[in-house]
Amino acid sequence: MTLSLSNIAKTFPDGTRALLPTDLEVGQGEVLSLLGPSGCGKTTLLRIIAGLERADAGARIAFEGEDVTHLPVERRKIGMVFQSYALFPNMSVRGNIGYGLKMQKLPRAQINARVEEVMALCRLEAFAGRAVTALSGGQRQRVALARAIAPRPRILLLDEPLSALDAALRGQLRDELALLLRQFAITAIFVTHDQDEAMAIADRVAVMREGVVTQTGTPEALYRNPQTAFVAQFIGDAMPLSGRITEDQLHLPGGVLALPSAAPGRQAYVRAEDIRLDPAGPLKARVETVTFLGTHYRIALSEAAPGTLFALHPGQSAPRPGDTVRLAIAPSAILLLPSEERTP
Amino acid sequence: MTRLTKVLPLLVTLLACAFLFVPIVMSVLAGLTVNYFRGLSSGLTLRWVGEVWTLYSGSIFLSIQLALACLVVTLILGVPAAYALARRPGRASRILEEFISLPLAIPGLALALALLQLYGSYQGFRMSWTFILVGHVLYTLPFMVRSVLAVLAAIDLQTLEEGAATLGAGPAQRFFDIVVPNAMPGILAGALTVVTLSIGEFNLTWMLHTPHLKTLPVGLADAYASMRLEVASAYTLVFFVMIVPLLMAMQWASARAQRITE
Repeated sequence: MTLSLSNIAKTFPDGTRALLPTDLEVGQGEVLSLLGPSGCGKTTLLRIIAGLERADAGARIAFEGEDVTHLPVERRKIGMVFQSYALFPNMSVRGNIGYGLKMQKLPRAQINARVEEVMALCRLEAFAGRAVTALSGGQRQRVALARAIAPRPRILLLDEPLSALDAALRGQLRDELALLLRQFAITAIFVTHDQDEAMAIADRVAVMREGVVTQTGTPEALYRNPQTAFVAQFIGDAMPLSGRITEDQLHLPGGVLALPSAAPGRQAYVRAEDIRLDPAGPLKARVETVTFLGTHYRIALSEAAPGTLFALHPGQSAPRPGDTVRLAIAPSAILLLPSEERTP
Repeated sequence: MTRLTKVLPLLVTLLACAFLFVPIVMSVLAGLTVNYFRGLSSGLTLRWVGEVWTLYSGSIFLSIQLALACLVVTLILGVPAAYALARRPGRASRILEEFISLPLAIPGLALALALLQLYGSYQGFRMSWTFILVGHVLYTLPFMVRSVLAVLAAIDLQTLEEGAATLGAGPAQRFFDIVVPNAMPGILAGALTVVTLSIGEFNLTWMLHTPHLKTLPVGLADAYASMRLEVASAYTLVFFVMIVPLLMAMQWASARAQRITE
């Protein structure tokens, strides 16, 4: 199913503008992630699509061309996975998964067959008769997903489905969820504040900030060609290189860097993985701290730029804190973006 | 010294128990002895219990009928009211909640007088058992509402309902599929409280009753006032047999509901 949103805005009764007019298209079978820090309006947008929240006047939500703007949530034929899962404690696992099918008034045999099918897909057969209160976090998450998917919704909406899990489980379930969503071949919208989750699960990511979708694109596109400093900082933790730009040169406290092109009025950013330790490099820096992370060292550097820079150093050995080192940054790795204060 | 610190509390406890139990035992025994003034030596009999049955079985059935009707009404009014209050966590809801509890703060007699003033002139209604029912509902409704509300406030009702809504359940369906089953411990505790209170209610009922409509406690007062002591005591026994299991069930249900709200 394709989803098209136009002019979706939300102003709360107290006057807070949670969402500024937003347009968005989601293609058939596409998994879109709404990514942003808390309070950016991503959950509000998801709830408006679900029908749990009403958008300001003038909005239009269409499912496959059908206007559903004024349809109540129970008639939109959506599936939703809530952050807290919202499993019904008065029903068993089977009862939870079958509830949506029961609402469609399907014959019992058909309900049972579909429940079995979905339980097999989500590997829940062993828990069919259990009370949902007797399940672990990961199992609950799978029940929530199975319940949402069982009635064959037109679109699947997921609100931070992994945030209630502990860190170790989250990574594992993230890949599992990505795989399941591909198997379902369903149009899905996935809300998260975690860039790794968004990257791992989504075909396309919409980065949101303060009620505005700032940039939409594939994970690669967002990483390689961020349009704003916010996107660069939020995805891949780009660091600002605050210096004076003259023509195609960047003057920093630690030296002069070559830029890929003349960039008047822009701000340069760089990612930790693009800063190399190089005795012949143009920048001088002082090592503040060195953290060994197995595959590489993470080195905090001062004096090269006004703020602290971090470099990921893959070598077998690292300099010591207090050492003076020289850095090189390839001109192609420098992101030149409209200047903006740092507010991630 | 250690002996004394152990014995003393035990002694106090036993005395307190005796203080509570001796009158009950005396009363029950009085209802079973042939002649109370001659004591147990006159022998034990069930004659007085039989007499209570022939004289007051109407009161027993009226009380049961009232309690059940009261339960039905408080369920129909109280559960949706608690739901509505739980759904709106605003200031107005809290004020309304206090308002519902108001009948508890007013003596039953005053409540009864108010009812008499308001409806006393409607002869048909005044003479009907439903008049007493109104009083009982007024008095027991707060217990039902509070009990259900406490459980509903402890669960994330809004998210559960939203979950059901995304699966295609309309408002009425959600109420019966999600709200009622999850509120069940509170409903059960409330129901037992309502039945127990309704069967035992005296103040209000005494004012509202007519000679043809005596409930169990009103009949008891009547028996003590106008019958032999043995008959009145046998009546107490009947009363205990009815109310004690209800009280115990109520304790159990309240404890169960309490566990959910914690």
